[in-house]
Amino acid sequence: MTEREQKRTEKRETEEVVEETQTTEGPQDVAEKIDDLLEEIDSVLEENAEEFVKNYVQKGGE
Amino acid sequence: MSAIHKVIGTETEFGISVRGAPDFNPVLASSIVVNSYAGLRAKIKWSHEEESPGRDARGFGPEGGLMPDIDGGLVNVVLGNGARFYVDHAHPEYSAPEAFDPLEAALYDKAGEVVVTRAAEGARTLLEEGQSLVIHKNNSDGKGNSYGSHENYLVNRELPFGEIVDFFTTFLVTRQVFTGSGKLGSENGRQTVPFQLTQRADFFEEEVGLETTLKRPIINTRDEPHGDPTKYRRLHVIIGDANMSEVQNLIKLGSAAIILMAIEDGAIPDSLRLANPVDSTWQVSHDLDLTKPLELAEGGTATALELQGRYLEWAKKYAENTDLPESYSQVLTEWEGVLADLEADPLSTADRLDWAAKYRLLLDYRERDDLEWDAPKLKLLALQYHDVDPAKGLHHKLVEAGRIRRLFTPAEVEQAVNEPPERTRAYFRGRSVSKYGDSLVAANWDSLVFDSGEDTLKRVPMMEPLRGTKELVSGLLDSSDDAASLLRALGENDD
Repeated sequence: MTEREQKRTEKRETEEVVEETQTTEGPQDVAEKIDDLLEEIDSVLEENAEEFVKNYVQKGGE
Repeated sequence: MSAIHKVIGTETEFGISVRGAPDFNPVLASSIVVNSYAGLRAKIKWSHEEESPGRDARGFGPEGGLMPDIDGGLVNVVLGNGARFYVDHAHPEYSAPEAFDPLEAALYDKAGEVVVTRAAEGARTLLEEGQSLVIHKNNSDGKGNSYGSHENYLVNRELPFGEIVDFFTTFLVTRQVFTGSGKLGSENGRQTVPFQLTQRADFFEEEVGLETTLKRPIINTRDEPHGDPTKYRRLHVIIGDANMSEVQNLIKLGSAAIILMAIEDGAIPDSLRLANPVDSTWQVSHDLDLTKPLELAEGGTATALELQGRYLEWAKKYAENTDLPESYSQVLTEWEGVLADLEADPLSTADRLDWAAKYRLLLDYRERDDLEWDAPKLKLLALQYHDVDPAKGLHHKLVEAGRIRRLFTPAEVEQAVNEPPERTRAYFRGRSVSKYGDSLVAANWDSLVFDSGEDTLKRVPMMEPLRGTKELVSGLLDSSDDAASLLRALGENDD
């Protein structure tokens, strides 16, 4: 392992440790976060997905 | 021959549509958008005197039939940040100002999203009740139509074009693992897949060529230096996706720039030639596990990640022996990090690569809503990922939720919307637009034409991309109150 790779590995391990001590999230919290995010996205999605996608036609460019 | 400083600029053709009016003419819609930009700008003629998109870098002459249809007499503005914002075919296009390094190029690319978002917002009053513009920073409509996102790199004219073909092709094919913006399905007759890494790979059909709209080549030979043609090439890279992720853009632009410098300096020892570059292009894009062995021309196989690992090692070694702008160390760290993470778990790059972020989102939706890959809702999610409007765009939502890393603060982006880069000729262009916009009648990448009220128009050539910088011309610009005094001062001072 080169010195740079060594440093990188050390850095990553340190970061991971910090993350573990800071977070108290279990799998359930993570799932809830994802649900919240998807709900927020649901609220901004274009109405009528099928229609919007069907109408999305672009002329060539470049 | 030796490497020259890599001045970098991006061009983005945005997808455009009108909510509430699906048949709205896209050329008209694009014109309305460009016309509606109310920021710092000068609405002027774009001069094609020095442009020759039909000229071929392999030495062929201009071919008939390629020149028309470029200008079209449509709307063209030059912005206070030095960019060009105009209607190209049926799309609004933002051509970013020349940047000094990859970090600055990524910043001015992001500024373009803000420009087009504001322009679309400004166009609201011109549309009927119930209509609104939607702008996507993507490259495909999912129905076989692709539009471009091009990168430009200043290259030493002395480098034989054949060496670019030999040493850069495999890099471009394999970099797709970190340059893709992700796409549902396949197009252009390629084999069916549920999802792939890039928007563009399906459309590439040649190894080398001049075309950009059909039979697209991996290496594009357009020979328009936009600078001193005896010293420079502008390598026009058309095989890339428009990226919304800032980190991804930095890796994409920075890795290409450093590899090009290494090629100029003869520091790429092996061409790593692929047996079938065109087939490998879509094969890499279709390979979500990143394990597909690609056939090498010299025999044997290697995966895209293995080949990228070779380029990274050469780039690191090259950087150790070369004096590069500071941001290249960040490029190398990010490049190394993304290759390692793609190797360990491709989806772990969802915090910085558009394709992985989009794929992760689609997987989450499939799980929650039990959707098939061809569900309209997934198609909408994949499309809306690219909406540039922060209120609607899903890339923006993922950034807000902390799922995608940023490189730039909103204040830095805002400055790039209004102010030009300081270390290239874009500085002179941008400041001239802001200060003498009323006297500017035409512009080009390598010249400005002023009407200062005298008998003749005055053309100021800017054939050197690294002159016209803040250091060289801010004094002149600060002390000249109008175009006439600027031109007088320029006459006395050859910078």
